[in-house]
Amino acid sequence: MTKSIAEALSPSAALQASGRDWGRIRWFELAFWVVAIGAAFVLPSGFLLLNELAILILFAVSLDLVLGYAGIVSLGHAAFFGLGAYCAALLAKHFGIDPILGLLASASLAALLGLLSSVLLVRGHDLTRLMVTMGVALLLYEVANKMHWLTGGADGLTGVTMEPLFGSIEFDIFGRTAYTYSICVLAILFLLARILVRSPFGMSLHVVRQNPLRAAALGIHVNRRRATIYTIGAAYAGVAGALLAQTTGFASLDVLDFHRSADVLLILVIGGTGYLYGGIIGAVVFKLMQDWLASMTPQYWQFWIGLLLVVIVVVGHQKLIRPWTWFRKNQGGAA
Amino acid sequence: MSIVLQTHELSKRFGGLTATNNVSISVERGARQALIGPNGAGKTTLINLLTGVLTPSAGRIMLNGKDITRMPVHQRVKSGLVRTFQINQLFADLTPAQALAVTISERDGWGYRMGRALGRYPTLMDEVASVLQQCKLLDDRDTRTKVLPYGKQRLLEIGLALAAKPSVLLLDEPAAGVPDGERHEILNTVAALPEDVTILLIEHDMDLVFSFANKISVLVNGALFVEGSKKEIAQDPRVKAVYLGEEMTGSDYV
Amino acid sequence: MLTILFDGVAYGMLLFVLACGLAVTMGLMNFINLAHGAFAMAGGYITVILTARWGIPFLAALPIAFVATALLGAVLERTLYRRVYGQNELNQVLFSIGLTLMAVAAVDYFMGAQQQFLLLPEWLTGRSTIAGVGIGHYRLFIIVICVLLVIALQLILSRTRFGSRLRASVDDPRAASGLGININLVFISTFAVGSGLAGLGGALGADLLGLDPTFPLKFMIYFLVVVAVGGTSTITGPLLAALLLGIFDVAGKYYIPTIGAFIIYAVMIVSLMWKPDGLFSNVGKK
Repeated sequence: MTKSIAEALSPSAALQASGRDWGRIRWFELAFWVVAIGAAFVLPSGFLLLNELAILILFAVSLDLVLGYAGIVSLGHAAFFGLGAYCAALLAKHFGIDPILGLLASASLAALLGLLSSVLLVRGHDLTRLMVTMGVALLLYEVANKMHWLTGGADGLTGVTMEPLFGSIEFDIFGRTAYTYSICVLAILFLLARILVRSPFGMSLHVVRQNPLRAAALGIHVNRRRATIYTIGAAYAGVAGALLAQTTGFASLDVLDFHRSADVLLILVIGGTGYLYGGIIGAVVFKLMQDWLASMTPQYWQFWIGLLLVVIVVVGHQKLIRPWTWFRKNQGGAA
Repeated sequence: MSIVLQTHELSKRFGGLTATNNVSISVERGARQALIGPNGAGKTTLINLLTGVLTPSAGRIMLNGKDITRMPVHQRVKSGLVRTFQINQLFADLTPAQALAVTISERDGWGYRMGRALGRYPTLMDEVASVLQQCKLLDDRDTRTKVLPYGKQRLLEIGLALAAKPSVLLLDEPAAGVPDGERHEILNTVAALPEDVTILLIEHDMDLVFSFANKISVLVNGALFVEGSKKEIAQDPRVKAVYLGEEMTGSDYV
Repeated sequence: MLTILFDGVAYGMLLFVLACGLAVTMGLMNFINLAHGAFAMAGGYITVILTARWGIPFLAALPIAFVATALLGAVLERTLYRRVYGQNELNQVLFSIGLTLMAVAAVDYFMGAQQQFLLLPEWLTGRSTIAGVGIGHYRLFIIVICVLLVIALQLILSRTRFGSRLRASVDDPRAASGLGININLVFISTFAVGSGLAGLGGALGADLLGLDPTFPLKFMIYFLVVVAVGGTSTITGPLLAALLLGIFDVAGKYYIPTIGAFIIYAVMIVSLMWKPDGLFSNVGKK
């Protein structure tokens, strides 16, 4: 909207035009999702990998809601992922319920845990938050470990067979159905998140994150907002975990492991937070890197991930993705 | 004349330091009252106590007859008590239009609406337009706050308070840091507020104080020194003595 | 029951030695160093190598482990940590996790993933019964060492010039450097000592806590709880928190074995709900 056009419009019309632009969903976004879903029908193979990627993206987006929009650094987001995974797996194994219902159940359970932990989370300072997030995940890990009669313990929960989707679409061994299922769930949830972040609630989160003091002075109950988005982020993570369990027919303690929380944090660092697409970009880059590094040093790729993290922070996020700045002094590059 | 905002023996101690000392002050509905005093007198501390940013060590605060001493910050705002900050407290990456839109949506209780985009509420955006006009920020509506010049940020700071439609407005040095030429913008915006809005103003700029306020309270070392009308304070020799080095002759302001 | 108490105190004191470096780092540099556990692990492994492969006696290995880890800490502080101080919480977390992952992978590569066993000298093994209380010799040894360390730390902090410089720097770094205190020196030496103590704690605890490459990740939460509950402004705060944690953990695992491991989480949750800023701290942090 150029100045001259603006001058020609009345203030009211000018603001209406500005407002329509906020969080507007662009055509290339929709195109992206059409392509992503279309791939399920067009591609001949590679679905298992794509399915993994879709689930990872959903998990990353769920953390973005918490980290990018509430500003909460979580070291234990895997708690919700794992809870969702076990919930869906157990429901499928013992009750044989419809997969979609399984997703809803997992989301609800994860949301409940998120709500409970948000009570502790929003009250304390940085260190407290870190501990609570880590602690909840570790606690859940211990619980799952101890209750091996339910969860299969270290061996994992096997024998999870999925009912056909909508009663008629079977899960095939090539993973085509799995991928279609996952990508559709991801697309729907992603678009819902896009709508959420530009709503009055979503915009208030920006306000809370950028200046909590002023937010309170605007009448915003800061802690309650944070707790709400944390709960939503937890629910999303729960769905991601449920998808994993449902599409692989398996759930083990690994879904609650610390490395999952750390990986998804790294993904957001790579892709960027606060605009939702960071999860997608980061996940793709991360997966590529992981495959590349793992093929070189299968057991110790964690070392390289660690090194990457150190380098990113010490050198600075901005500086790192612009190699031409490496030889200039004093760029002040904090991520 | 009804009392809208009142404190009763309000005190705040930080360890050995008494920042606010037994202050009992009352503000009437529709008042144009100024709070003045030398640096370090505890003016901002008092505002922080009134708004709930600080908890008092002793005493009570009453808003419209209701005891709000224990009420959290956001709830006081919901009850109509709004303040501006001496140092701009804005949202760096949002535009003025966005900041105002959020302010208005919060005021109307839409903070948890998750369906429609904030920018697509026509009446809300209309109101944003009118506040922007009032604050002469219409052309900057889509500029990120952090790149706006200081004077405009200050206008936005006040604009946010206006958009909240306060019944009691506490202004903490609204003209602070604003170059002389732009001060009148601030003055005009403040002066244009509706008559039934109660305003308590902290200021150092005596021009602004004496053109705006009809009642003045003087705070010295955290305690209420003297209170009175514009004329009384201007002629009070004790007040002049307290402001060492300040140019303030009684005849200028009678 | 007193035996449990005794064991709990030993465990708690060990936790304190391990965690106090973290508390000081947090208080001084405002830095959340999640790699602290890696220094402890380094100390443990160094001690194992010294005693098992090079035949150095245990008592001699302990100070060597302390010094070696302190040196490691000093080097890392100077080269890496210093560049991360001013950055935001997320970056600090990422950085220290990155270091931890590197350390874990490196140890796994060089030493293998199995648990390491520390050969204690004869006179430290076994237990005696005094007045009906079962006193493990090693645990007694740990308590004695730790008490000496606490006294030494307290004396250094309150009686020496370094101590007052440290306290000044914690209180207000800018004012302190304005007074001519070399902040960089204070930082690097404090970090070194803190890491060294972690290393010493790792060496002492190798037998008690178990030593393998997952040590830093397993025990990080314990250190964090000690610091969060104990606060970073005193020595006594983390000490009391560590003792509390140690006693509850040992008692819990003994009396209610099935949920024993959860005691630490319960303590964490209860204390945070009661006082989000730490049980013993008067300072509200950001």
